[in-house]
Amino acid sequence: MIEFRAVTKRFGDAEAVSSLDLVIPARRTTVLVGSSGSGKTTVLRMINRMVDPTSGTVEIDGTDVRERDPVRLRRGIGYVMQSAGLLPHRRVLDNVTTVLRLTKVPKAAARARGLELMDTVGLDRGLAERYPRELSGGQQQRVGVARALATDPNILLMDEPFGAVDPIVRTELQDELLRLQRELAKTIVFVTHDIDEAFRLGDSVVILAQGGRIAQQGTPAEILAAPASDFVASFIGADRGRRRLRVVEMDGRRLAVDADGRPAGVLEH
Amino acid sequence: MDWFLANTGLVADLAVRHARLSVVPIVLGFLLALPPGVLAWRRRRARGPILAAFGLLYTIPSLALFVLIPPLVGISFLSELNVLIALTVYAVALMVRSVTDALEAVDPAVRSAATALGYSAWGRFWAVDLPLAGPVLLAGLRVVAVSTVSLVTVGVLIGTRSLGYLFTDGLQRGIVAEIVTGIVATLLLAVLFDVLLVALGRLLLPWTGRGATRAGRRVQLTAGGAG
Repeated sequence: MIEFRAVTKRFGDAEAVSSLDLVIPARRTTVLVGSSGSGKTTVLRMINRMVDPTSGTVEIDGTDVRERDPVRLRRGIGYVMQSAGLLPHRRVLDNVTTVLRLTKVPKAAARARGLELMDTVGLDRGLAERYPRELSGGQQQRVGVARALATDPNILLMDEPFGAVDPIVRTELQDELLRLQRELAKTIVFVTHDIDEAFRLGDSVVILAQGGRIAQQGTPAEILAAPASDFVASFIGADRGRRRLRVVEMDGRRLAVDADGRPAGVLEH
Repeated sequence: MDWFLANTGLVADLAVRHARLSVVPIVLGFLLALPPGVLAWRRRRARGPILAAFGLLYTIPSLALFVLIPPLVGISFLSELNVLIALTVYAVALMVRSVTDALEAVDPAVRSAATALGYSAWGRFWAVDLPLAGPVLLAGLRVVAVSTVSLVTVGVLIGTRSLGYLFTDGLQRGIVAEIVTGIVATLLLAVLFDVLLVALGRLLLPWTGRGATRAGRRVQLTAGGAG
């Protein structure tokens, strides 16, 4: 469990996060969603001490992260970032095993584990000796996920990891993450600005307004059923009726269409 | 051509001396430029003054350096060491800015990814920052190499034998072919050093593609002439 208590972060005069109280449950996926300036990445980075709060505390399982050495703390927390953040001068397998090597796991053992991880995230082992730039965006992102899972950390931080890939690959990667999470049950904190992605992946969704203020926290169903404010309603598109689907019949099939009459899917009989 | 064919032994001997005199300043210059270059990169406020100070070194005329160095380090004016030290000073002057530029060119996203993975500051410098600065460092080093090979010829003024000897000797004896041989041989030696450095880059920086060569050309064009 990760707990934020009255956490404030100022950068100069600007308050990125103000007095945030937030509990992130263990072994679930919690998605922080908000537009730019909502402080969502800052919140994420305070968990592994890439950013230290100006005031307040961040606790992991009851221990203040400030009592932990930042370098060791980070080695124990998986981190996946936009555009994968792979080391361009290291081959794929070396990227996957980076943290293992940092923690002095012997080379042979690290390699074996790395190849296993490539299987886990659906990467062909034949790519092991390639350089990152020789991979597609989707493949690079899989390498990023494999690298984050290398030491089998309890916590996985994901900062808009699928933001830079095309919609088809994004859906594929989201499916893959859902599958992985069913198997591994990590504490995942996922940051995105895409509300559809948030609802798709999150067991719990936290909608952040400007300055890291929580506009609403709940399951996707709870938020959709009862937006807490106009801000939330507008953010999730409820006010535009985007999520109010109705059923029409067309060529003998039943289609779900949205408020604009655009088909959203086919209903099976 | 006749003159060259009759004197191949002399030219070869001078070329070897010339190459030897070039290697030391290039290697030493690179190593000595690292600490101030890294410092200028790390401390943003000190960057301007540091780079300006080292840049100024390059504007000291070589003859003035040959006169200044011996009393400072306690060697003879005519010592080969005098030339080596002067050329190292020029190499450092050129290279410091390259070191800073090279580190500055490393993608900040990659750097922050490395931090998130759990690299210590020092570990990240050696494992991530420095290797990724490689292409721009190499570009800077190529400029230094070519500049050094051409500057070695000046050493002949204080009696250090190099291909530069062919200039003065040819001038005094009025043998145009000898002067031309000196120029061509110096040029070829500079090209040889450049080719070797590019090959070294291919070996040490296998992850770079054509991008590295492009960056190299850009830096070479913006670096000014020799003093």
